[in-house]
Amino acid sequence: MLEILHGLNVDWMGKRHIAYWFSGICVLISIVSLVMHGGPRYGVDFTGGTLLEVAITPPPHVEKVRAAVDQAGFVGSEIQSLVKPGQFLIRLGTREGVKEPAKLVHDALTAAHAGSTIEILRVESVGPRVGGELRGAAIKAVFLALGLILVYVAIRYDWRYSLGAIVALFHDVFIALGAISLTNKEVTLTVVAAFLTIAGFSINDTIVVFDRIRERKQAMRRDTPQKVMNTAINETMSRTIITSLTVALTVLSLFFLGGEVIHDFSFAMLVGVVFGTYSSVFVASGLALETQLYLERVTPGRKK
Amino acid sequence: MTQSDRNKLFLTLIGVAICIYTLWPTFQFYSLSPEKRQEVLQARPSAATNEGDRERLQKLADLREKSIKLGLDLQGGMYLLLEVDKSKLGAAEARNAVDQARQIIGNRIDQFGVAEPSIQKQGDNRILIQLPGLLDQERAKDLIGQTALLEFKIVKTDEETRALLDRIDQALARRTTAAGADTFAAQHPFTSRFLSVSQGGESFTLNENVAAIDSMLAVIRADSTFQLESSLAWDSHESEREGRTGRSLLVLSKEPLMQGKDVQSAQMRLDLDQERPGAPGVSFTLTSRGGATFADVTGANVGRRLAIVLDNRVQSAPNIHERIPRGQGSITGSFTEEEAQNLAIVLRSGALPAPVHVVEERTVGPSLGQDSIQKGLKAGAVGAALVILFMVVYYRLSGLVAVVALVLNILGLLACMAGFHATLTLPGIAGIVLTIGMAVDANVLVFERIREELRNKKTVLAAIDLGYSRAFRTIVDAHVTTLLSALALMWFGSGPIRGFAVTLSIGLIINMITAVGVSKMVFDAWSLRRKVNTISI
Repeated sequence: MLEILHGLNVDWMGKRHIAYWFSGICVLISIVSLVMHGGPRYGVDFTGGTLLEVAITPPPHVEKVRAAVDQAGFVGSEIQSLVKPGQFLIRLGTREGVKEPAKLVHDALTAAHAGSTIEILRVESVGPRVGGELRGAAIKAVFLALGLILVYVAIRYDWRYSLGAIVALFHDVFIALGAISLTNKEVTLTVVAAFLTIAGFSINDTIVVFDRIRERKQAMRRDTPQKVMNTAINETMSRTIITSLTVALTVLSLFFLGGEVIHDFSFAMLVGVVFGTYSSVFVASGLALETQLYLERVTPGRKK
Repeated sequence: MTQSDRNKLFLTLIGVAICIYTLWPTFQFYSLSPEKRQEVLQARPSAATNEGDRERLQKLADLREKSIKLGLDLQGGMYLLLEVDKSKLGAAEARNAVDQARQIIGNRIDQFGVAEPSIQKQGDNRILIQLPGLLDQERAKDLIGQTALLEFKIVKTDEETRALLDRIDQALARRTTAAGADTFAAQHPFTSRFLSVSQGGESFTLNENVAAIDSMLAVIRADSTFQLESSLAWDSHESEREGRTGRSLLVLSKEPLMQGKDVQSAQMRLDLDQERPGAPGVSFTLTSRGGATFADVTGANVGRRLAIVLDNRVQSAPNIHERIPRGQGSITGSFTEEEAQNLAIVLRSGALPAPVHVVEERTVGPSLGQDSIQKGLKAGAVGAALVILFMVVYYRLSGLVAVVALVLNILGLLACMAGFHATLTLPGIAGIVLTIGMAVDANVLVFERIREELRNKKTVLAAIDLGYSRAFRTIVDAHVTTLLSALALMWFGSGPIRGFAVTLSIGLIINMITAVGVSKMVFDAWSLRRKVNTISI
């Protein structure tokens, strides 16, 4: 039998204060990054605007592309060279009253690169009002998902546990957002999809640990809550690691092989998987223990 | 094997058979050569000319219908969200405007020849258009976005034009009481912008003045004290005077003599302009009622110019030499062949009841789509291979059971997509890949539990039973929570994102059956057949 992490006997809960510091620092870094970037950097899905992906053969220098885009009147556009030579991602700056920005840029590029072939790989153009609506819908969806999960967890578990689970959930999604901000990536529709998936994954991991805590509590009535939790975590540790590993394997292959379009999605997922695993042990269980200890202090004698 | 085991096995085999049957057209379709596949994608039985052709095309269309469709992000195509501008419509007109616009746009796209376009009304004033496959996107957008309001108007004489422009000058000069009001430009703020005024009914200005003139006209139109008994429209084409390019403004009769709804048919022709043979133009035939009006109007206005106005731009303004009795006319100008083709289509299918604006556009070129498919499949294959390898190495024979369950899960997921006519998008592929990673979780939970029970010196049979029963509740909880967030995503997401939510949700639901039901059945069948003392886990 090939085994990892069998027969663990680690005092996880004793180390929970280190984890609080670690989580606190991660959350703090996320906040600092978000503040320094002036909030999340929303993609054209949410701000409105136009995004173009073009392939030019033979590959020109990025400055030449920038000159052509400026020529078309979109000064201050962001131009990013992609991994494949000759491919550029152009996020157009605003220019009032233009009906066909993509066409203008295409014409300007054609004029500037005589003899080259220019292919428009992708255009995403979102009007400002639609962008606002999509942003509203995304925020609603995130809160709807969190709300539904919260209700489900509250029904299935004691509220003392739910609190920890929900904090862990927000913690994971927030740090994923922080990582997106820190790497200066954009929050697009696909990235929001990743946030929601992280929420589902994070709570999934937490539930497995909590289920075991509940089960152990029946069997170990005389032990301290701390010991019960340590036992439960140790017993489920191999499962936690293995599941995270299989998910991480698939996310990694999406990250490295899935291409530009879902790259940011995979990146957010990767962060989410790592922190989701970590938080189910330290944040969710740690806080569940914290509430339990607190309740014992305020209502002595009603030991549960 | 007990009777109940036999029943379970039987059910599973039936399920697998149904899945394979549902997926068969998909398999057939995607194993065709690219050219043949294109033919299937383009097959339109309604366009067939004879019975045999129709039957053949119907078969191809059925094959297309029954196979898993690729989203616009994978096969390339165009997603347009249009907003109908109802601001200038009355309440009664506004009520039907969106439905009418949807129908007219549908007609235009039909004539353009796109296989499987999807045109849906969305909300109160929006239309969502999805055009898959290779197409000339600029042309498609031009075709869809034109209001195509065709009007015939009489061009005012030079004297009438002059008089109106003078009145506009005075009205504008009154509004600006700036110092130095006695210069020519201050007294003639409008006409001083023109290079020539009312020559043959046209007033010419340089391109850089067009915007300024438009904003002055907007002021005049908004002025309720100004009686504007004519309409003003720009020439649709640029022209040159004294070697400089600019545009002409024409003063026209206010009410149209006739409108595009009187047009019965329209064709692109190359022989309309005697001076420029081969130049594309559009010839049209009017309805009998329209023809009669046209005859009257041309008879009464011999010697004047008749402006053919499309979306408030003058396409051409020929002189009326004589009464035109047959109700036939033509529009010429500097069209490209494609523009003329488009114009003929929009004239045939009629004008939109109100202007439309593109508020969201997403286009993906076919080469990026192809690239996305390849990368998505590669990521999926590598991800699946790693997971399978890990499971088999770590759990050995039991891992193999989990892999069988996983394969059945993906088979079921794809069959559901084909059965529900769901669309596979790139995020959808990501959803499947994630499903692979998450699906084995249920088996990992069970296997870890079985290992624990074995360590607690339970017999193999008891360990299997306890493993499944104790892990089951956790498995349900874990699936429900992930499913909840996928459902929220399905509700909010559009297009590709919804594809992700769909594959993830279906994958999770099927996983409950395969990872728990099927794998348990395999264990039961195997453990009951022989007296087992060991288990490969």
